[in-house]
Amino acid sequence: MTRLLLERKVLSENDRIAAELRAAFCQAGVLCLNLISSPGSGKTALLERTLENLPPEVRAAVLTGDIQTDNDAQRLRRFGFPVRQITTGGTCHLDARMIERALSNWKLDDFDLLFIENVGNLVCPAAYDLGEAAKIVLLSVTEGEDKPLKYPAIFFKAELLIINKLDLLPYTIFSLDVVRTNARRVHPGIEILEISCTTGQGLAGWQAWLEARRLAVRAQSTAPSG
Amino acid sequence: MHELSIANNLLEAVQLEARNHPEARFTRLGVRIGELTAVDPEALTFCFQALVRGTAMETLAMEIEQVPRRQRCQQCGCEFRVVDYDVTCPTCGRADTECIAGTELELVYLEMEGP
Repeated sequence: MTRLLLERKVLSENDRIAAELRAAFCQAGVLCLNLISSPGSGKTALLERTLENLPPEVRAAVLTGDIQTDNDAQRLRRFGFPVRQITTGGTCHLDARMIERALSNWKLDDFDLLFIENVGNLVCPAAYDLGEAAKIVLLSVTEGEDKPLKYPAIFFKAELLIINKLDLLPYTIFSLDVVRTNARRVHPGIEILEISCTTGQGLAGWQAWLEARRLAVRAQSTAPSG
Repeated sequence: MHELSIANNLLEAVQLEARNHPEARFTRLGVRIGELTAVDPEALTFCFQALVRGTAMETLAMEIEQVPRRQRCQQCGCEFRVVDYDVTCPTCGRADTECIAGTELELVYLEMEGP
């Protein structure tokens, strides 16, 4: 019997492609954000509100993943930014190769911001690096405060937690204090924003977060500002 | 349920290695899974067995080592296992600790018989 010691990451091929994407985003000065949540937490609604309120000089693009349909791409295209639907045909997450393929024939230098809307799922997307600058996890107040404890992987890896549907808070038993505590138990340094895409409450904080991150990426890149 | 994708990635890695040992019969595959990956060992084993059934890799058994989450205190250097998501340092009580284990998703070894 012979034992070969391999000691390598199972997702090393995905991680290799993600590292290439990350280097390309950095060089072009593109802030790439990977949005992850359960189905129905408001990823597409957040993108709609974000795109309609972007400063006019900001050039954005969106990749949106779903198992079937291009409904989300249709919703997002009306804001005039390039949007491409990735239909995974059954796969429950996006991987780096899908992003690489979807970006072919787009020039990264044409963009400042790239949003990736992952497939609605709190489990699998956490494992796949897409080359993003940050993962953002969304949770809506109708989902229950224990989600960070039930799905720790994504709350551990996300830099920012956005709690959506604040307007529905009076109709639920959801406690913002409890969810904040649970999220920080899993990830003490996680940033938290609370918003309502319906009423616009808290969106100014999100826009400020986005703008600060965008300017930081822009400052580090060598690409000319658009 | 990303275990099937991960099982497929594992099988691809084994097949790549198998090209270097065309006469060998592969018997055992060692995998390391950290607590924070949310990979279910039973589901991974089930998916892997389903993928290799009826193929040359059918004899390949999977051994899974599960790795608990561990943190290191930035202040006093104490290393501890995280129980019930509590990341505060058991020695000095600070919450300023960093994750040092539990995110693994690794192919560790491959055992084979024959030349």
